[in-house]
Amino acid sequence: MSKYKVNLKINNIAVSVDEGTTILEAARKLNFNVPTLCNHDDLCVAGNCRVCVVEQKGARLLPASCATPVSEGMEIMTNSMKVRQARKHIVELLLAEHNADCTKCFKNGHCELQEISNEYRIGDHVFIDLVKEKDKVQDISSPSIAKDDSKCIRCQRCVRTCAQLQHVSALAVTHKGNEMRISTFLDKPMNDVVCTNCGQCINRCPTAALTERTYIDQVFDVIYDPNKFVVVQTAPATRVAIGEEFGLEPGTRVTGKMVAALRRLGFDKVLDTDFTADLTIIEEGNELLRRLKEALVDGKDVALPMMTSCSPGWIKFQEHLYPEFLDNLSTCKSPQQMFGPLAKTYYAEKVNKNPADMIVVSIMPCTAKKFEADRPEMRGSGYKDVDFVLTTRELGMMIRQAGIDFNKLDNEGYDSILGESTGAAVIFGTTGGVMEAALRSAYEIVTGREVPFSNLNIKPVRGMEGVKEAAIKIKDVLPEWKFLEGVELRVAIAHGLANAKILMDRVKDGTANFHFIEIMACPSGCIGGGGQPIPTNMEIRKKRAAGIYDEDEHMTLRKSHDNPEVTEIYKSFLHEPLGHRSHDLLHTHYYPRKRH
Amino acid sequence: MTKIEEFVKEQADIHGRERNSLMPILQAVVQSERFLSEDAMVAIATELDLSTADVFGTASFYTFLDTVPRGKNIIRVCKTITCHMKGKDAIISTLEDMLKVKLGETTSDGKFSLLQANCLGWCHKGPVMLVNDEIYPEITPEKAVEVVQEYLKKTK
Repeated sequence: MSKYKVNLKINNIAVSVDEGTTILEAARKLNFNVPTLCNHDDLCVAGNCRVCVVEQKGARLLPASCATPVSEGMEIMTNSMKVRQARKHIVELLLAEHNADCTKCFKNGHCELQEISNEYRIGDHVFIDLVKEKDKVQDISSPSIAKDDSKCIRCQRCVRTCAQLQHVSALAVTHKGNEMRISTFLDKPMNDVVCTNCGQCINRCPTAALTERTYIDQVFDVIYDPNKFVVVQTAPATRVAIGEEFGLEPGTRVTGKMVAALRRLGFDKVLDTDFTADLTIIEEGNELLRRLKEALVDGKDVALPMMTSCSPGWIKFQEHLYPEFLDNLSTCKSPQQMFGPLAKTYYAEKVNKNPADMIVVSIMPCTAKKFEADRPEMRGSGYKDVDFVLTTRELGMMIRQAGIDFNKLDNEGYDSILGESTGAAVIFGTTGGVMEAALRSAYEIVTGREVPFSNLNIKPVRGMEGVKEAAIKIKDVLPEWKFLEGVELRVAIAHGLANAKILMDRVKDGTANFHFIEIMACPSGCIGGGGQPIPTNMEIRKKRAAGIYDEDEHMTLRKSHDNPEVTEIYKSFLHEPLGHRSHDLLHTHYYPRKRH
Repeated sequence: MTKIEEFVKEQADIHGRERNSLMPILQAVVQSERFLSEDAMVAIATELDLSTADVFGTASFYTFLDTVPRGKNIIRVCKTITCHMKGKDAIISTLEDMLKVKLGETTSDGKFSLLQANCLGWCHKGPVMLVNDEIYPEITPEKAVEVVQEYLKKTK
C-alpha cells in the first residue's frame, strides 16, 4: 500500500501521519490521551460507544476518533468545551444503563467504565436510571464464565472477539432499540451453547458483564481447613504474567516470587504443572512416533496428522466444529489433568496422605481449564482429579487479599517431588512451544542427537504468525527407528481459534499434509489466555512470550526427557510411556458435540 | 433430512449460501411456517455455515421475523407517534376484548395473534392496522372488528 502523508493539526499542533491513520492514533502519537471503551487493539473498529469523540473544525457533529481516518488540513480538538460536555454526557448515558454497584462489583478497580467516570468525576444522576436487567440473576450456568447483562454497555468487544479471533460467535447482538442486548442463541444459558470457555471475551470486556466464575472463597476455605492437604500447581504462562497484577512490566519473570506468595497463602505444597508438561511431551512424543510407525510400517489406517490436546478451549472447539477429527487428537490429557491424578495417586503415596483429604488447586492462565477440571471423565484417581482452578487474575486477588507484598518477596523454589521441570515445559506457555518441546525430545529419541538448531531454539515454530509451518528432515536414525530415515517431518502450528479453523479447513479439504499439528485456543497461546491479566494486546503478548523464552534459556535442563523426576516416575510408577498406568491416569477420550 | 431442513436447503439453492442470503431465507421460512422455530434457525445456520447466535441475532432484530409461534392470521397495529395520536390504543383494547387475548398473545384456537408494529408508512391515513399482508388505513374500533370478523369467517 502506498503511504501518502496526511498533514493535520491536533490541538493546534501540526502532525504528519500516514494515510489511513485514525484521528485517535494520530492524537496518541502526539501523546494526547483520548478515552476509549469499544475500541480494542486486537479487534476491528466499532465506533459505537462514542466516548472517543473529538471536535473537528468546520464540522457540525463530533466524529468518533477511533473510527475516523485523518484527512488533509483537518483541525482537531481533543479537549474543547464541546468535547468535554459531550463526553461527559456520553459517559452519563452509558452509566444510566449500567448497574453501577461498583463497591460490590468483581471488577471494582479494574473496570474501564469506572476509570473513565472517575476521570470525569461523574456525580449526579443526570439521566433516568434505565437498568432494566438489574434484578436479573447472573448467568452462572458455565463453570468458566459468568455473564451479567446489567453491567453490559453493548460495546460489542465480546461479540467481535468471539467472531473475529475465535470464529465461534457464541455471543451476538440480538433484538433492537432499548431491548438490544448481547446474547446467545435463543437467550440460552452460556453452558448450553457452542462456547469454548476460552475467556477471550472476559479479557476484553471493559466492565464486569463477562467475568470468570471465581472460586477464591472455596480455595481459602480448604486452605484454612486443617484436615485438608492442599497442593497447588502453576501453569507455565502464569509466571511471566502474574507480575502485571502488581504493576510489573508484562513478561517479567517472577516464578520465584509467585512460589513464595503461594507458600505464604498457606498451600501445603507448591508444585509445578511444568512437571506434567514434561511428562506430556514424553507421552505425546511416543504417541506420535507410535502413530507414525503404525502408518509407515504396519500400514494401519491411523489418524494423522496428530493434533495436540493441551488446550481445553481448542478441544471443545474441535468437539463442536470438527467432530470427525476427534481421532486425530492426541489422547494425552492436558498437563493440568495429568497432574491431578498423579497428585492423588503417586504423590499421595509418597507423602503418605489419604487422597480423600487431598485438594488439588491449579493456577491457570485459562478459564476453559475450569470447565476441563469439571469434565466427568477427569476422575482417573477415583476422586475429582483437580478440585479448583483459579486464573492468574484470581491469584493476584488472593495475594492482595492476604496482604502479601508481592514485589518484596524473595525468590523461592518449588517443592519436590512434582516440582522439577525443564525449559521445554516452560515454553508450553506460548504458541509453538509444545511443538518445539516435542521436537526437542522426539528428534533425540529417534536419532540419538539433539535437534539441529542453534542452542536448541527451534526458531521456525516461534513467532506470532497465525498459522506457522515447518519441516524437519530426519537423518541418520537409530536402528530401531529405521522406518523414519530420510522422512521429512512436517508440522503446523495455529493459535487463536479463527486460525485453527483456517488450518483445520485445509486439513479437511486435503490441501494440508502434516504429521503433527499444535493448536492453542487463545491468541499467542496460553500467555494470551482468557485468565491472564487485563489488558491484553499483541505488544503485551510479545513481551510475555519473550519472558517465556528467557525463562527457557535460563533453565539448566531444557529437554523434557532430561527431567530426573520424569525418569523416576517411569521407573517406579508408570513403568513405560503409553503403558497401562499411563492409559488409566494420563490419557482420555473426546466426545462429539453438536455444531449448533 | 427433516421437512424444515429440506425447505431451508431448497431456499439456499435459490438464494445462495452467502451471509447476505440470510435475510431472504429467513423471510421465506416465516412466509411458509409463520415463525422461525429453533430447528429452522439451526437448519439455516448449518446450511449457511453461520453461528446460530448470528441467525437469532438477525431474526430478533426484525419485528416481522417472529421467533415464537404465531396464529394463522397476524394482526399488527401501528404503534408509532401519528397512529398513537390518532387512537391506536382504542383499536388495540377493542381487539383485545373481541379476541380475549392481551397484546402480544395468540388466541387459544390459533387463529389470531395480536401484535404491534413500528411505523408502516401510512401516517397520513392513521391509525393503520395490518392483517397478514393487507393494510387497513383510517381504522376505527368498529371497522377493526368488522375486518377481523371477515378473517374469522375465512379461517378454518
